[in-house]
Amino acid sequence: MNLSLLVAVPLVTVLAVLCCKGRQAIRWVALAGTTAQLVLSVCLLVLYLDARADGDTGIMVFESRYVWFAPLHIFYHVGVDGISVAMILLTALVMEAAVLVSWNVEKMTKEFFVLLLFMGAGAYGFFLSLDLFTLFFFLELSVIPKFLLIGIWGSGKKEYSAMKLALMLMSGSALVLVGLLGVFYNAGSFNLLLDAFTGMTPAAQRVFFPFVFVGFGIFSALFPFHTWVPDGHSSAPTPASMFLAGISMKLGGYGCLRVATFLMPIAAREYAPIIICLSTIAIVYGAFATMMQTDLKYINAYSSISHCGFVLLGIGMLTTTALTGAVMQMVSHGLMTALLFASIGMIYDRTHTRMVAKLGGLLKIMPFISTVFVLGGLCSLGLPGLSGFAAEITVFMGSWENAIVGYRVATILACASIVITAVYILRAVGQTIFGPVREPSYNGLPDARWNERYAAGLLILGILIVGVAPFYLSDLLRPNIQTILHH
Amino acid sequence: MKGDPRFGTYYAFLSLFTFSMLGLVLAENLLETYIFWELVGCSSYLLIGYYYDRPSAVAAAKKAFIVTRFADLGFLVGILVLSFNGGTLDFQTLLASHTAPLVGLILIFIGGAGKSAMFPLHVWLPDAMEGPTPVSALIHAATMVVAGVYLVARLFPLFALDVTAMQVVTYVGALSALLAATIACTQTDIKRILAYSTMSQIGYMMFALGVGGFTASMFHLFTHAFFKALLFLCAGIIIHQAHSNDMKSMGGYRRLMPLTHICFLIACLAIAGIPPFAGFFSKEQILSAALGANRLIYVVGVFTSGLTAFYMFRLYFSVFWGRPSHGHAAPAHSGAAHAAPTHSGPAHAAPTAVHRTPATEAIPLVILAIGAIFAGFVPFSHFVTADGMPATTHLELSSAILPVSVALAGILLAGLLYARPSGAPDKIAYAFGGFYRFVYHKFYIDEVYLFVTKKVIFPLVGRPAAWIDRNIVDGFMNALAGVTAMISGWIKGFQSGKLQDYVLYFFLGIAGLVVLFIYIYT
Repeated sequence: MNLSLLVAVPLVTVLAVLCCKGRQAIRWVALAGTTAQLVLSVCLLVLYLDARADGDTGIMVFESRYVWFAPLHIFYHVGVDGISVAMILLTALVMEAAVLVSWNVEKMTKEFFVLLLFMGAGAYGFFLSLDLFTLFFFLELSVIPKFLLIGIWGSGKKEYSAMKLALMLMSGSALVLVGLLGVFYNAGSFNLLLDAFTGMTPAAQRVFFPFVFVGFGIFSALFPFHTWVPDGHSSAPTPASMFLAGISMKLGGYGCLRVATFLMPIAAREYAPIIICLSTIAIVYGAFATMMQTDLKYINAYSSISHCGFVLLGIGMLTTTALTGAVMQMVSHGLMTALLFASIGMIYDRTHTRMVAKLGGLLKIMPFISTVFVLGGLCSLGLPGLSGFAAEITVFMGSWENAIVGYRVATILACASIVITAVYILRAVGQTIFGPVREPSYNGLPDARWNERYAAGLLILGILIVGVAPFYLSDLLRPNIQTILHH
Repeated sequence: MKGDPRFGTYYAFLSLFTFSMLGLVLAENLLETYIFWELVGCSSYLLIGYYYDRPSAVAAAKKAFIVTRFADLGFLVGILVLSFNGGTLDFQTLLASHTAPLVGLILIFIGGAGKSAMFPLHVWLPDAMEGPTPVSALIHAATMVVAGVYLVARLFPLFALDVTAMQVVTYVGALSALLAATIACTQTDIKRILAYSTMSQIGYMMFALGVGGFTASMFHLFTHAFFKALLFLCAGIIIHQAHSNDMKSMGGYRRLMPLTHICFLIACLAIAGIPPFAGFFSKEQILSAALGANRLIYVVGVFTSGLTAFYMFRLYFSVFWGRPSHGHAAPAHSGAAHAAPTHSGPAHAAPTAVHRTPATEAIPLVILAIGAIFAGFVPFSHFVTADGMPATTHLELSSAILPVSVALAGILLAGLLYARPSGAPDKIAYAFGGFYRFVYHKFYIDEVYLFVTKKVIFPLVGRPAAWIDRNIVDGFMNALAGVTAMISGWIKGFQSGKLQDYVLYFFLGIAGLVVLFIYIYT
């Protein structure tokens, strides 16, 4: 399969949307484009499994490499392994849902869809890239539209949030860039695969690992650089929140794993205690901070900090199981948080409030949306049968394999967060969904429309597949995780 | 439930529960157990909160989920410890390994204690009675709540290896049995009395495991399911008839609902341990196991069995005997809510028509009543023993005399006090004074929990975390941005576009350089 298709289709969709006239045409073209991409991603999965079944044991499959800028040894170099296939499927699902949820955007519809699809294209390119420069290029491509999406279509203190998010993510990218240049000058090329095997000296690793890891970590809400998350997510329009939490935060986790840990394994081991410490703080402290929030979007944003902590914790633990769990958590959190943001957006569209205290008894008024919200909540608190549990338990099991006392303590603290998660989720659900109808004017508000039902259905399908049959996902990931750990 | 608009949802939740509970008992390894363990917890949450427009039901559901979740944390870490130690999650292999760290066992036991409402994690069970009565009968009396006992029994060979672990199980079980029975003597809400009674009976099962009476414990679990489910179904019918949960507003129902009366009586005799009803046999086995192992526990067991007889017959006499108190509505109990929200009229103290039990209600009652009478004759030890080998148990008549006479004394006392209305119970309550109030308020355990969550965790942990995040961590980021903006504001002043300024900077620069050079070269 020619992987460049996966970048080309979103870009072609962007162009097609640009040429469209009228809202109707724009949104249908956008939907057609993302659907084509979703189909393509499923094909990719099938072809990938086929290639593996045929005995392709290379690290990457479907590689292609073209010279892009020869003097600086920059190549356009793409290829996939199990991890990137999983992330691409996640992106395709979330993008499709995001387009469906933006069905009724009225303000500057064309620009909105163009930016949204453009971010998507950046994410696809990022997950495909095997050249560090290309990777960085696509990373930037997916950052800049966020600023505009929040600044123009956002709500609340949107200018502040947009600026904060852009600045913090940009500083993350700057750190990554320094790290990547360091890799380039030490290993002599931007080739991800080549560099990993020729290797960097331990001294160079020690210097550049923190740059790359912290840089990507900012994307993934690494404590204490997570403060863009609550403001950014809550000011963003619903589809942008879905993209931000569902995909953008995964760019960080993927980068930490694929670039930092893969290229600099020695430093990764040395810095592991710090990573574990910071991610445990993020998990527990994020959960406690969530407990005190009163705005549904803030609740979900803070809980994302806590949940993304599991990704970094898994990466810090450096065992096959823990890393598998970390990637599973990326997929799971991506689906779940997109679902939650989508349902919060639906509630907000109808009631024009996101404050927990003003909502109540929604189950009676909009049963579908309420059920979706409860389901997302249950996934978030780690109910077995939904994806959150499968991912978290894998991280716990993998972490426990480290028999070091400090690591054990971190694992227990991380486990303890499931109780706090239950507290804040059930509080939110109990006050907004259950109970008597608090505001009589909410009676008679419409339930979900077809596009919203379809979007929620897609995400729930993903959550259920990962939750009920997690072995499909873990089998897909495991061989490549082992390569990363023991190359 | 008939006529409820969410009839389908109710059965969907109930099926989810049945699925999970069957999964739980069929699970082959610890992780699988944990998965279904959580799922029964979730279906219990959904069913307790079934009447979701009642804030009390929503609060009760939340409480049940969070308290058991807290205990499940122990279970989860326990799984990590045990599986790491044994190198497997599989029950068979784990049991064959014959080693288990004490910490792991205690953690697993915490999980079991939460689900089985053992002291001090029992607070959710009485509140869980907010759910529909059949749910209380099925989940919160017969099946789910005994999952903790089941879990300990599943790992019994490992527990048996460690004396300390066994002692923890024993004392927690005995304490729960005693405390719950004491509380039950003071409550007036029918379903809550039954809830405390459940807790007390599970305490029996738990300490039976602790003193090594594996078969006895499982036997009691088996018989208890019959008579407790029967009690709850009868209670449901009574509540439906009386439109109230408060036993003080009832009386003289034996003529109105003869079938319910007979069934309730059978169940009470069974739970009190009167031969030849089912409870007698299983309780007898537990007590003789306790006698052989620990005298103190035996005494507690016999005493609790007297209390059980007393509070069950206190309930029985108050509801079915006594004089129906006409006219005045019962004082609403603070925690009690009407079981049937569709009939939220004023509480009728004395229904006038004879309640005709429809077949859909009568058949389950009769089946359960037959079980409550005859389940004790099942040769249980042929099927269920710790080592899987069939065994036979003998009933020593001599050892049965003491518990049975204590139980009969309890019944007698209850009959004297409650069979006809009198001021005696209030006088006795008054005589006990502070102790009575202490017990009536359930030893203030709920208040302790409320204090810890509302006064400690929220203001002292949650709020500072949120505050620090907004003001210190984020404040630092904002300050960084602020300083950058300030510096840029300062620097941009230099580029004013005025020629005279630039000339000034030029000469200042030269002067500076001159000073520098003079400083360096002299």
